[in-house]
Amino acid sequence: MIENMGYRSLVVLEHLGKIAQFALRIVVCLLGRPYRIRRIVADVYDAGVLSLPVVCLSGVVVGGTLSLLGYTTLVRFGAEEALGALVGLSVIRELGPVLTALLVTGRAGSAIAAEIATMVTTEQLDGLRMMSVDPVDFVVSPKALALLIVMPLLAGLFIVFALMGGYGVAVGLLGVDGGSFMASMEGSVKFWNDVIGSFSKAITFGALTGLIATYRGYISEPTAAGVSAATTGTVVVGSVAILICDFFLNGFWGV
Amino acid sequence: MKRSPLRDLIVGIFVLCGLVSIGYLSIELGGLYYSGPAGFKLIATFDEVGDLKPRSAVVIAGVRVGQVVSIELDDILRARCELDVDPNLELDVETSAAIKTAGLLGEKFIALEPGGSDEMLESGDEIDRTVSALSIESLVGKFVNDTGLEGD
Amino acid sequence: MSEPEEPEFRIAFDGVSLKRGERVIFDGLSCGFPRGRVSVVLGGSGAGKSTLIRMIGGLQRPDSGSVRVAEQDITGFSERELFKVRDRIGMLFQGGALLDSMTVAENVALPLREHTRLAEMDIESEVDRRLVAVGLSDTGHLYPRELSGGMSRRAALARAIVMDPEILLVDEPFSGLDPINVRRIEALLVDLNRHLDLTLIVTSHHMASSLRMADRLVFMVDGIAIAGPPDDLLKSADERIVEFLIAESDSFAEHHELDVTPLMDRRTTPDRRKNS
Ligand SMILES: Nc1ncnc2c1ncn2[C@@H]1O[C@H](COP(=O)(O)OP(=O)(O)OP(=O)(O)O)[C@@H](O)[C@H]1O
Ligand SMILES: [Mg+2]
Repeated sequence: MIENMGYRSLVVLEHLGKIAQFALRIVVCLLGRPYRIRRIVADVYDAGVLSLPVVCLSGVVVGGTLSLLGYTTLVRFGAEEALGALVGLSVIRELGPVLTALLVTGRAGSAIAAEIATMVTTEQLDGLRMMSVDPVDFVVSPKALALLIVMPLLAGLFIVFALMGGYGVAVGLLGVDGGSFMASMEGSVKFWNDVIGSFSKAITFGALTGLIATYRGYISEPTAAGVSAATTGTVVVGSVAILICDFFLNGFWGV
Repeated sequence: MKRSPLRDLIVGIFVLCGLVSIGYLSIELGGLYYSGPAGFKLIATFDEVGDLKPRSAVVIAGVRVGQVVSIELDDILRARCELDVDPNLELDVETSAAIKTAGLLGEKFIALEPGGSDEMLESGDEIDRTVSALSIESLVGKFVNDTGLEGD
Repeated sequence: MSEPEEPEFRIAFDGVSLKRGERVIFDGLSCGFPRGRVSVVLGGSGAGKSTLIRMIGGLQRPDSGSVRVAEQDITGFSERELFKVRDRIGMLFQGGALLDSMTVAENVALPLREHTRLAEMDIESEVDRRLVAVGLSDTGHLYPRELSGGMSRRAALARAIVMDPEILLVDEPFSGLDPINVRRIEALLVDLNRHLDLTLIVTSHHMASSLRMADRLVFMVDGIAIAGPPDDLLKSADERIVEFLIAESDSFAEHHELDVTPLMDRRTTPDRRKNS
């Protein structure tokens, strides 16, 4: 049992080392060559545009829910003007980047892992190698970069839609004054702490998801079970990594 | 890798929307810029600035006219703030600068109040009359001290 | 098996061993593939033909022994060094290995786009030429998922030869093809070999076309290779070859009007059967 745990932590460490090397290879590929614009655009389409509906819808719902819950608490203290601040701060600082990252990991990260794993299974990556084309350069790095690009954009859209949802529920449903909602939000949200912090998180999560999804696909076993393990692994490891990373980033940016 | 103009267009629109939303959050909500006219430098030195920061607002009569550029310690350990304000303002040498707080616990900003002199400030001049930040913490501390409520 | 003459080997295996898990795949395998000739690798399913081909491409490293390709021992090569060797190799994978996110034409054009600065027009005409050669004109716009197994293998062959390699490795080019296309691909391969002095290595179950093409046969049995000119090998008394030939004897006999009875006789001899 204890032996097993020791072995497992060794495996985890080994993977961490390999992920670091893999990340380095991706960075070298991205810096070393003229960008593969066409492939990156295609991957941004797959990861970003196709994630739009789920991200925007979730944003509206989360913002609305936050307004509803926040109002019932704040109204007891007669502080319902602070609703804008509450919705704005929690969406921008925390929920926006984290929920977007979780959604994108589930939707685009898993798809990327499955696609790369399938390419391993059907020898497509070996085929590239035999044509003297590095699969990390040709397949992996455009996808990793696409997730990095897409994450802050989607987080921005998520936040805007969440604020719209929050505003809609607060003003339309709960009868809060629209002006005071916006004023309280604008007064409490600060550029350096909140907005920059939020997008730093989103970019970090984008890099993290891109790395985990591509790595997990790349090392998968060449079987159908390998493909499904890569998909599940990406979602599980990716989500946990995002939450842990968020914890440390919150500590770093201060509360 | 196939050329697909429609997809390229959609990706372009998507990126644009994302950037616009980030821009909106940064500028509108975050107050990234004081976008009004600027270029007139003033120096104001305070004993205590509280949590005034670079980019904090400079206002006259509640209207934003500029921002704090930098905050440094001078040689006698006071906080020397450089302000950047609207050059169209006619500020006289008796103008005073006070650090105030929006609401009870809100953000710090510098409020300028014009005086009555005929002599005008030039860019780079120092404002002599300054009122430092009142911090809630020190007020509370003072109250506790004065009334002898402080624990042992 | 002693070599009758020592031809110049473009590719040579020397004492190569490979284990996958508990399974011994190569057990001190040594053999060579002569320059500018057609070598056909025969062997039962699972004998290690694909593994042999992958090893020549550096996709699979041996546990011990050395693999020489174009006068270089590639066993210890880094990926970057392997790329230099692979620039001279074209390879057809058993499954085709076409990129399924791209059309057939884009697949065939990929090596040209990656490694040459040809104009788009030249690339297109080159791609068309290769697709016609494998009998796939008018399929350039299709995606691999829209092709049949045999079609995608032919498309992959077009991709493998588009850079005019010096060495061409083809894994099972005939499986799943109709007789007309077997002939077409066979003729294409022979043609490439004759005109471009291509070193060609083909794995196959297809005895008839193998024997028509082969300058040299390589039998994979029990983790080693038995190689030599076809005539010598077919007349050989090695029971492992005989076993294999008998299994293939029906189609073999059909195409070559060969009398298989002597083979059958040998097979039924008790002392020849016990080692198999
Ligand atoms: N990834 C692997 N792990 C373990 N064993 C493997 C692996 N890949 C191949 N093998 C084993 O290696 C042996 C040779 O496989 P290979 O694919 O080279 O056979 P083959 O001669 O090409 O067969 P076929 O004619 O069916 O294509 C097989 O017995 C197989 O069990
Ligand atoms: Mg095979």
